[in-house]
Amino acid sequence: MVAGSGGAAGAALPAERLVVSRSTRLLENQRVLAVALLAPGVIILTIFIAYPFVMAIWFALTDISVGVAGKFVGIDNFAKAWEDTIFQTAFRNTVFYTFWATVFKLSLGMWLALLLNRHFRLKRLVRASMLLPFIIPTVLSTFAWRWMFDPTFSVINWTLYHTGWITDRLPFLSNGDWAMWCAIVVNTWRGMPFFAITLLAGLQTINPDLHEAAALDGANAWHRFWHVTWPLLLPVTLVVVVFSVIQTFSDFQLIYVLTGGGPANETHLVATYAYQIGVASGLLGQGAAISLFMFPVLFGVVWIQLRYLKRMEGA
Amino acid sequence: MVIERRWKKWLYFYIPLAVFILFTLFPFYWMAVTAFRPDPELYRSWRAASATPFWTLEPTLEHFKGLLEGSEFLQWLWNTMLIAMVATIISLICGMFAGYALARLKFRGSEFLGTAIFITYLVPQTLLFIPLADIIRNMQLGNTPWALMLTYPTFLIPFCTWLLMGYFKTIPRELEECARIDGATRFGAMVRIIFPVAVPGILSAGIFAFTLSWNEFIYALVFLSSVEQKTVPVGVVSELIRGDTFFWGQLMAGALLGSVPVALAYSFFVEYYVAGLTGSVKG
Repeated sequence: MVAGSGGAAGAALPAERLVVSRSTRLLENQRVLAVALLAPGVIILTIFIAYPFVMAIWFALTDISVGVAGKFVGIDNFAKAWEDTIFQTAFRNTVFYTFWATVFKLSLGMWLALLLNRHFRLKRLVRASMLLPFIIPTVLSTFAWRWMFDPTFSVINWTLYHTGWITDRLPFLSNGDWAMWCAIVVNTWRGMPFFAITLLAGLQTINPDLHEAAALDGANAWHRFWHVTWPLLLPVTLVVVVFSVIQTFSDFQLIYVLTGGGPANETHLVATYAYQIGVASGLLGQGAAISLFMFPVLFGVVWIQLRYLKRMEGA
Repeated sequence: MVIERRWKKWLYFYIPLAVFILFTLFPFYWMAVTAFRPDPELYRSWRAASATPFWTLEPTLEHFKGLLEGSEFLQWLWNTMLIAMVATIISLICGMFAGYALARLKFRGSEFLGTAIFITYLVPQTLLFIPLADIIRNMQLGNTPWALMLTYPTFLIPFCTWLLMGYFKTIPRELEECARIDGATRFGAMVRIIFPVAVPGILSAGIFAFTLSWNEFIYALVFLSSVEQKTVPVGVVSELIRGDTFFWGQLMAGALLGSVPVALAYSFFVEYYVAGLTGSVKG
């Protein structure tokens, strides 16, 4: 059972050959080999995901802060966050941000996918460049947006003013409601390509004969989309939406760079507020409790996803 | 095909597509224009008339010079590159091994492990960064590149495993069985037969993992503190804004230079990237 290459080297040293063949034989056992192959990944995931997760729960139940060992305080941190008006705003913002950004990403992403599914010149180039917002580090591209939304030097205000659309500048980031919508626009800009490209991959698996047949039966473009394309794309759509909801709900960097939670803490998300309390103010217990408020929502989404996957496998 | 009139094609296809292209690419264009624009032209009020609002007749390299001389930008670039490379390689090795085990080997608990790895895929970094910072500090890894090289794999391994598992399943079993009849061990057959066949899948996973590492922000922000250890995204945020003053020329020059390596890597492997992207959600 010794591999050909190992045999030649082992012939000179009989003792070593025995050792090699024993470990080789051990690795022929499927269970042993499986454990050996899975070990590196599982160890890293255990140390850096499972363990911190348990620690997050422990932190949240104590009053630990930087340099101060915590003592158990029960659910005080959660109760305190629940009463905190900034946290309430942050949680509402997170739901609002996730909902609208997902709606826009899905509808615009679908539209873009349908456009890219047609034949035109430079198609590959256009498709490749459409993914750029998704590739370029979010922090860096968000800076470009922040510059475009600048109160004094905004190129958008300049253009609207000089084309006669506005007489006074728009308060992009200086008004809480405006700032939230700006964040939704930037998030849509960044996430739309992900939707478009994955949905495009789904579109390409749909047999064109189906559209042909529907068209012959007199269905117009909208009906063909609604009764042929949409149902067939539903499985891909659902998975993409789940991924996007998780990413958007737990988003941090976009808000951190675009508004920093301001003006007057009006645009915080759960994650940016957890950072402000847990890292900037050093209240680790309080911060951990705040970020754990994301968990039930994320858990719900993942649970739906897993149920769905099981059903697909069963079918 | 359905026959269309000319104006309809413009209305329903060319114009929407043009708007999408403008929306997608304008921020990058504006980033580039700003980086090359001299300061007096940059800081002109939104009401001021301008002969050349969307480009400049006096391009300058001043901002790039200021950026490279006045900050540790090249060091950050190097840090980011190194961390992204090492994290990608660690994740690929773990993902190839684990993906093979889940795709090919029969053992108790394989379904449970597959699900568990899939769930860790969906755990966001923002849920864990506070206790993780403490753990990193206790392991004496704080403020070293290893803090990121070891934690980035947490969101890369699940995705690599999932993607490669799917890829390995498409490779016919006969290929391996032939090698085993010729005397190859299971491990040998995996390394010499399956992995070489799976190169496109491995490239997809690798290029996707590389761009994700390059993009990561919150771990780098929390785990690294000294200027010379920082990655590009964190360095740009924390060092290029002095007090409340934004040096937009330098910021945009930094954003542009920081985007180039990842954009280059992407442009060389677009097809693999797209395969990775679409594979990452299909499982």
